[in-house]
Amino acid sequence: MKSGLFSHFNRVGAWVLLLFLVTPALIAIPVSLTPKRFLSMPKGELSLRHFEKLFTSEEWLSSFFQSGVIAVSTSALATFLGTLCAIGLWRVSSKYSELVRAFLLLPLIIPQIISAMAFYRLWIPLGLLDSYAGLILAHTILAAPMVLITVSASLATFDPKLEQASKNLGASNWTTMRWVILPSIKPGVFAGALFAFILSWDEIVVTLFISKYSVYTLPRRMWNGIRENTDPTVAAAAVVLIAITLVAFVVFAIMSRRNAKTQAQ
Amino acid sequence: MQSFTRHFHPGWLIIAPLLVLVVALYLGPILNILWLSVTDPEPGFGNYAKLGESDALLRIVWTTVRICIITTLFSVTLGYSIAYAMVHCHQRQKSYMLTLLLVSFWISILVRTFSWLMLLGRRGLVNVTLEDIGLIAEPIAFMRNELGVLIGMVHYMIPYAVLPLLVSMQSLDTRVMDASRNLGASGAQTFWRIYLPLTMPGLVASTLLVFILSLGFYVTPAVLGGGKVLMVAEYISVQLLVTLKWGTAAMLAALMLFGVLAMLWVMSRFMKLSTVFGGTTR
Repeated sequence: MKSGLFSHFNRVGAWVLLLFLVTPALIAIPVSLTPKRFLSMPKGELSLRHFEKLFTSEEWLSSFFQSGVIAVSTSALATFLGTLCAIGLWRVSSKYSELVRAFLLLPLIIPQIISAMAFYRLWIPLGLLDSYAGLILAHTILAAPMVLITVSASLATFDPKLEQASKNLGASNWTTMRWVILPSIKPGVFAGALFAFILSWDEIVVTLFISKYSVYTLPRRMWNGIRENTDPTVAAAAVVLIAITLVAFVVFAIMSRRNAKTQAQ
Repeated sequence: MQSFTRHFHPGWLIIAPLLVLVVALYLGPILNILWLSVTDPEPGFGNYAKLGESDALLRIVWTTVRICIITTLFSVTLGYSIAYAMVHCHQRQKSYMLTLLLVSFWISILVRTFSWLMLLGRRGLVNVTLEDIGLIAEPIAFMRNELGVLIGMVHYMIPYAVLPLLVSMQSLDTRVMDASRNLGASGAQTFWRIYLPLTMPGLVASTLLVFILSLGFYVTPAVLGGGKVLMVAEYISVQLLVTLKWGTAAMLAALMLFGVLAMLWVMSRFMKLSTVFGGTTR
């Protein structure tokens, strides 16, 4: 289509909107540098005291650590289960397997508040409330569909003849899986692992229901800070989170560019 | 036995671990909640009848639906404009736009909610700036009301609205639009009568996706509403964690769940669901 006046205006509008999406988060940076003891914009003088507090406070450090442990475990477990399941669904590919696939994607679209209720309801009798195991299991169920999606997308471009060739040459199921299928779907597996990590690292609604004292993740502590709305340490934590997001994004972008290049060769 | 092995594909063995986990630890308790909605505190449809009796309850449901509709309208309209601009510009510009979109997608919901708190409060940056340049004398109430909730929600939902639209617009055959122009239609006519109808599947998918996600949204309404705007998700959490009333909460959850499943069913008529979800991962 000819790009007319309307297209031009629309493009400017789209840029404004995209900046509107990203810039509000940046306000955490000045607020985190305030020298005052309460949440405020700094006037003239800047201070790093809130970062110092963040990195020396036992509470915040333990939350970083706990969130890290839970997100890494969730990512490992969800990637393992999700990848196996995606390969299984791809190999069966029948009417029933498509039904199962649709069913397994549900945790991603069912409102988090309902998932939170469900886990809360079951974790009480199972004694899993406020435990690492409880959070990891719940997060794994929410994150596995992500892995299922990314791995299935990779499998869609995998040539099934390669699998047949491997088997005809005498390789066992396991050997074929390890040396033929897995290497070709590596990008999907990595992307899935990364998304699963982020989902768990950032998860708050389910966490609010099933954790209390002994497990206090980073989102949980931030949530508390936001509700109390006084301590600028929250702003410092927000800045650290933004930095982590940007680093993760750059790593992801480089990885997917490299993958695109190797595939093109 | 033989017929069993004939029908049993070995692939099911590696599907089973995840499937068993989800059925036992997720589907099970969800069915239990549906059951609770008709048995707690006593068997029958008492919990559902409350919707007709209690004005407070009905108001919460209505507030939720109204906010979700407004959020969806704004997010999808603005999302359409972004997706349109992204499809109709140079490759380089498009990749910059996509980067901004995905970065905003990746920034923690808590960070974003915190930022809105800093921006929109009575002494927030927006009010202070407006006062400093003399545009307003009194601070505007951006928070603890529906306006704040809407700003936060639309901001969060726009990326979700864009992605399905982008998938749908990218797969269009642009020659159809060229043909329309060559046959003498104006740009506006081509847009309204050709382009918009052709992107309808993406539009429907995007609308339903945003609506579904808005329905159960908890974080932003709870913080920016500041207790003044009570939506279903927050009400459920109060019922469970403070007043310990499972029956009413289960009834609201059941309504929400049926609503979501119905919308997913409608959505699957228009678009392969996996492409909607798949779109968010690229």
